[in-house]
Amino acid sequence: MVAITVNGKIYNTNADPRTPLLWVLRDDLGLTGTKYGCGVAQCGSCTVHIDGVANRSCQVPLNSVGRRKVTTVEGLAQGDTLTKLQQAWLDNDVPQCGYCQSGMIMAAAALLKTTPKPTDEEIDAVMTNICRCGTYQQVRAAIHDAAKG
Amino acid sequence: MTTNAAVLNRRSFLASSAAVAGGFSLGFGVPFSRAEAQTGVQEINAWVVVHPDDKVVIRIARSEMGQGTLTGLAQLVAEELECDWAKVTTEYPTPGQNLARNRVWGNFSTGGSQGIRQSNLYVRQGGATAREMLIQAAAKEWNVPAAECSAANSVITHKGTGKTTTYGKVAAAAAKIEPPKDVKLKDAKDWKIAGKGLKRLDTRDKLTGAQIYGIDLKLPGMLTATIRDTPVNGGTLKSFDAAKVEKMPGVKKVVAIDNRAVAVIANSYWQARTALAALPVEWDPGPGGKVSSSDIAAMLAEGLNATQAFVGNQAGDAKGAIEKAAKKIEAVYSYPYQNHATMEPMNCTALWTADKCEAWGPTQNGEAALAATAEAAGHPVNKCEFHKTLLGGGFGRRGRSDYVRQAVLIAKEMPGTPIKLIWSREEDMTHCTFHPIMACKLTGGLDASGNIAGLHVRLSGQSILAGLLPQNLQNGMDPVVFQGFNNGGTESAYGYNIDNLLVDHAMRNSHVLPGFWRGVNTNQNAIFMECFMDELAEAAGQDPLEFRRKILKPRHRRVLEAAVEKAGWGKAPPGVFQGLAQIMGYGSYVAGVADVSVSEQGQLKIHRIVAATDCGHAVNPAQIERQIAGSFVYGLSAALYGECTVKDGAIEQTNFDTYNVMRMDEMPKVECVIVPSGDFWGGVGEPTIAVAAPAVLNAIYRATGKRIRTLPVMNHDLRKA
Repeated sequence: MVAITVNGKIYNTNADPRTPLLWVLRDDLGLTGTKYGCGVAQCGSCTVHIDGVANRSCQVPLNSVGRRKVTTVEGLAQGDTLTKLQQAWLDNDVPQCGYCQSGMIMAAAALLKTTPKPTDEEIDAVMTNICRCGTYQQVRAAIHDAAKG
Repeated sequence: MTTNAAVLNRRSFLASSAAVAGGFSLGFGVPFSRAEAQTGVQEINAWVVVHPDDKVVIRIARSEMGQGTLTGLAQLVAEELECDWAKVTTEYPTPGQNLARNRVWGNFSTGGSQGIRQSNLYVRQGGATAREMLIQAAAKEWNVPAAECSAANSVITHKGTGKTTTYGKVAAAAAKIEPPKDVKLKDAKDWKIAGKGLKRLDTRDKLTGAQIYGIDLKLPGMLTATIRDTPVNGGTLKSFDAAKVEKMPGVKKVVAIDNRAVAVIANSYWQARTALAALPVEWDPGPGGKVSSSDIAAMLAEGLNATQAFVGNQAGDAKGAIEKAAKKIEAVYSYPYQNHATMEPMNCTALWTADKCEAWGPTQNGEAALAATAEAAGHPVNKCEFHKTLLGGGFGRRGRSDYVRQAVLIAKEMPGTPIKLIWSREEDMTHCTFHPIMACKLTGGLDASGNIAGLHVRLSGQSILAGLLPQNLQNGMDPVVFQGFNNGGTESAYGYNIDNLLVDHAMRNSHVLPGFWRGVNTNQNAIFMECFMDELAEAAGQDPLEFRRKILKPRHRRVLEAAVEKAGWGKAPPGVFQGLAQIMGYGSYVAGVADVSVSEQGQLKIHRIVAATDCGHAVNPAQIERQIAGSFVYGLSAALYGECTVKDGAIEQTNFDTYNVMRMDEMPKVECVIVPSGDFWGGVGEPTIAVAAPAVLNAIYRATGKRIRTLPVMNHDLRKA
């Protein structure tokens, strides 16, 4: 039995301690907002925060999380109230198929924590997530909007 | 779209009650029992359901995979229905319901940029018919002629008395009214909801993790499976040693599928994947196992000069005119196999019992998925059902139901237990229906004044129809190969007036399974034609724009002119070079201008793209702009990086680390011009992809003097020649 803290809640799971956090979240905790895209840290669809830092959860074994706090996309909005970033995403009508967007939003949220007013170059450096529909232009616009304050 | 989640929750509920009762419910026979279960919720007709609080549910038969069709179709229905857009939600009817109701929703297939253009007429009629029924119900209640009543924003008003009522109040009465036979549809100039850049209806849940995709589905008692199919298409499964993995944690069963694949069923995905990775498997690769990329390239090269070829378009005497021309120019181009790489890997969930089968998953063709379910289940189709989930990308890949068949065959191994099949990315990368491989030799003759005297375009390569739908070949010919080269027509007409023209195709098929792909054959055909047009212009000593302008048909010219005007053709800043391209595809006319620079080190930077589209009716300009920007990401990913190579019969690229795609740092600024016309219905999701690569390739040539004729660009050194 391994205990982890996700979105402020402590979960006990019987998953093998070597299981990637991604699959613990999805299959054991039922938090399917975090997506599987590649399993090799290329696409960023599985991005979550661990103690506030963006991590690709497909590369994080369950037993490495310890007491650190995990935040998933489900942990952003407070009830029906979206975060400013999510609202900017909504205002800019960003998602197309939407599958990569959880990871995009989590990566952007982590960026804005350390860099509240990012330049295009700073966005490019951090937002290496893959979107096949091609929402990059809208993602960029939404991040700038959220940064406006 | 919240309705999807509601459907799934209901299904979960049904499945869980079924688990207790020892059976499960199939939703058809009783149309939309969910709607009827809620007090006062009324189906007016197949397309429109009205709630007592005036909420309107619009039914959407086509699949939503990001392209925005769901919102666009809802706009068209709502426009004619005259309902309050703020109260509109949507839901998918199931393919089983369509079958049970004599295909009242028409075709479910979603591909070829046809979602809106092929169904706009009957969905608008559906909205208009429902509106008339609602108005008649109110008129009857007030005992006044319906002609004196009108509807707007879900409110019906009687002109004489000023009486008003709402859709929700008269819905039950309206449902009993005989639907009018002839309804007049609005002129597009009077549109208030359609034609507007409204926000998508399906965004919010995608921002919070609440949106359920097929891969997220969870049913009570569900197990998860993952699969490994023969690495070489046409090969077979020789043997596997299940005993080696059967005792691993969570493993329930190891099963062979169709004598070509092996799957592990376990409690969770990671357990299934871990066991499958440890499973010893032997394959018989079959004849394809001897084939590698160089063999396929040699086969295509032979086709470039073959005597026999299918003629796709012919005018005058191209070969004779080229022979007599003052100047002859020849070039050979080639385009590789490519993967769709949808972000959501293939998946499907199935529940099989001795007399019924139900499946859930992302598909571009619900009816084909239902047929595949029934066939694999071995049950009559009316004992089966398929539930569409939102797609995490489609791009043509999910028109094929191979993964549905696999899921049902796996579920059949454990009757009564729902099993979700998830493909690994590695399985997905190596087992798609690949963008067909194609080579092309173009031979052009110029007269003494630099005009095109004759042009021969010889295509040599793979046919999708031969691979997937051989029954659709026309006397052996695959007409789809000629996308963008057709002699007229409303789908994909050739844009140039050339007196002596020959476009022909030497079909050369390999064992690699080809398939439809976003833009598919327009992608390579636009590169071949538009890059060679630049080569001809250069040989004639003319500007690429002026050279084209003289021979372009009016609608093609108009859209190209719109693009160059916005782009400022010839006015690029120092160090920045421009390229252009145009094509007609999927019923629409498109053109693009790319501004690029190439550093001393050969680093390509795409600064700006201007794209123009004439798609006739623009149902949602904001979503069209997003499709165009997305088309450049898809088209440029393919042009810069997209290449699947074959070694000993198998695809070599296994994940995004070996099959790269464009990311944010490479994303140019994309500006769109929607050329207003409004006299036809053209597609949007695909046509623009085709101009992305040739516009950039033509710009790269002007920047570097290097003419890239073999895709992808990553294989070339772009340092100045």
